[in-house]
Amino acid sequence: MATRPLALPSPFALPSPLAMLLRAAVLALLAFAIFGPLLNLLLWAFAERWYFPNKLPIEFGLTYWYRVFQPRGNALASLGTSVWIALLTVAFSLAVAIPAGYALARLKLPWRGAILLTFLLPQAVPNLPVYVNIAQVFYQIGLNGTILGVVLVHASHGLVLAVWIASAAFASVDASLEEASRNLGASPWTCFRTVTLPLATPGLIASAIFVFLESLDEFTGTYFVGVPDVTTLPLLMFNATMGGNYQISSITALLLLIPSIGFMLVVERFLKADVLAMVGR
Amino acid sequence: MRGSAGEGQRQHPVITGKASTRGAALALIAPALAVVALFFVAPLAMSVVVAFRGKDGGFTLEHFAKSFDFYTTDLLFTLAIVVASTLLIGAVAIAIAGYLTLGGNPRTIAVLRWLYRWPLFIPFVVAGQLMRTFLAKNGMLNHVLIGSGLIEPLSAQSLLDWRGIVVAFVWKQAPFVTLLLAGAMASLEPQHIEAARNLGARRMSVLIDIVLPQVRGTLLVGLVLSFVTMLSVLSVPLMINPNSPTMVTVDVAYRISTHADYPVANALCLLSLALAAIGAVFYLRHAAARVEGG
Repeated sequence: MATRPLALPSPFALPSPLAMLLRAAVLALLAFAIFGPLLNLLLWAFAERWYFPNKLPIEFGLTYWYRVFQPRGNALASLGTSVWIALLTVAFSLAVAIPAGYALARLKLPWRGAILLTFLLPQAVPNLPVYVNIAQVFYQIGLNGTILGVVLVHASHGLVLAVWIASAAFASVDASLEEASRNLGASPWTCFRTVTLPLATPGLIASAIFVFLESLDEFTGTYFVGVPDVTTLPLLMFNATMGGNYQISSITALLLLIPSIGFMLVVERFLKADVLAMVGR
Repeated sequence: MRGSAGEGQRQHPVITGKASTRGAALALIAPALAVVALFFVAPLAMSVVVAFRGKDGGFTLEHFAKSFDFYTTDLLFTLAIVVASTLLIGAVAIAIAGYLTLGGNPRTIAVLRWLYRWPLFIPFVVAGQLMRTFLAKNGMLNHVLIGSGLIEPLSAQSLLDWRGIVVAFVWKQAPFVTLLLAGAMASLEPQHIEAARNLGARRMSVLIDIVLPQVRGTLLVGLVLSFVTMLSVLSVPLMINPNSPTMVTVDVAYRISTHADYPVANALCLLSLALAAIGAVFYLRHAAARVEGG
């Protein structure tokens, strides 16, 4: 190991008090930017009364929590509906995204760029009029206000992530392993089932997580297609916010934050750097 | 694209140009395409028809004329907000991912890695609610600014206008692009970076001259996805800045809910699509450059 006499350490690597102070200040600012809004939400969730110009709530309490979680309250029902819809959306999306991702990553596909762009469409177009038009069609065929209708809308929107990440996951599998299995006489299906799919599983789980969260958080499509029978958690939260009831909306927002932050904490276990590097290629 | 093997690229075992392989590939991808076609492209086509159809059933441009009459400001406002947010997201992502890859202080890197990701999966509708209370005149931001003596109590102002939308967008989307970018940077050949560092290159020039060019594609994909995502968000502008000038998505919702004016709503949607096409062009140009460059 040669020393590096010529390489002067950058100012940021110096253990000088000034550099340390600078780093700490930047980190503190970033921490405030990230946690400030979350802390504010937490305060609102436990505030009984809070108005101008008080810096903190005048009175803390759990009154609003009882209201949200009362047996006849609709928050728990909405939570159940949201999770059930998200699970169905994941199952449906992966069923079509796995073959599609494999084809995009491994097979010679005509118009590959155009196909990738097609999957980008549901994220590329302001969804509102699309949902309005879907709602009109679904109304005629009896899918409006049904779980299936909402799942179909969520799945078409979540497919971009499912397909892109599945494709990246398959692309990051070492092809020489597949080649070895094929040379030893495995059929393409056996090779896919026993070599490619297990190696791509972490990436596919990540893709499932993304689709689950997309569905859990989806707002506009549910509003138009789910009406009047399907009320998901984001819809409940939005109504509370617009109604000026910050306590109810903050508590509902906290419920939505739990899965979001939970998945954030584990996502890198599934989404490795080698898969990330393949996204969009 | 895939087969253009540079160093470290793998050759794929089953790639042949034969029609049967192509048929199999198309069969595998058909169900996914069908879902998008049925539940997205078809309603979008309906939207085009409605936007260009006059009362007599013939072709007309009056809905677009009306859209420009009423909403030119909002279209520009939307474009400005989304472009500004995209640029800020890119700057934040490069700064954080760059420090994670090249930074000299291990403890700072560990804290930063733990810190930046919190908003990653927080939904837009929740981000809107967070900022609606945080950035309000009586919100926590102003209380902290006043408490630390940075502003006078009387000069505290609500940030719930275009600034609030930009803050909410950057807060929510920057971690996503950072995650993609840091992943791509982590998979670079460490020797290149080491070599440059050994030759005495400063951290900043290593980032700009060596690291960034190699992860340009990933950065662009992240930014394009963010750009088009932000264009279609309804909840954030509706919660933070519902009054004029506002974003086109709010206008679309308004045309439908208040006037049941589907033609103009659909025309506005197509104009947003034109804005989103700018993002698509960026991606296509990048993809084309890669095919040429190998």
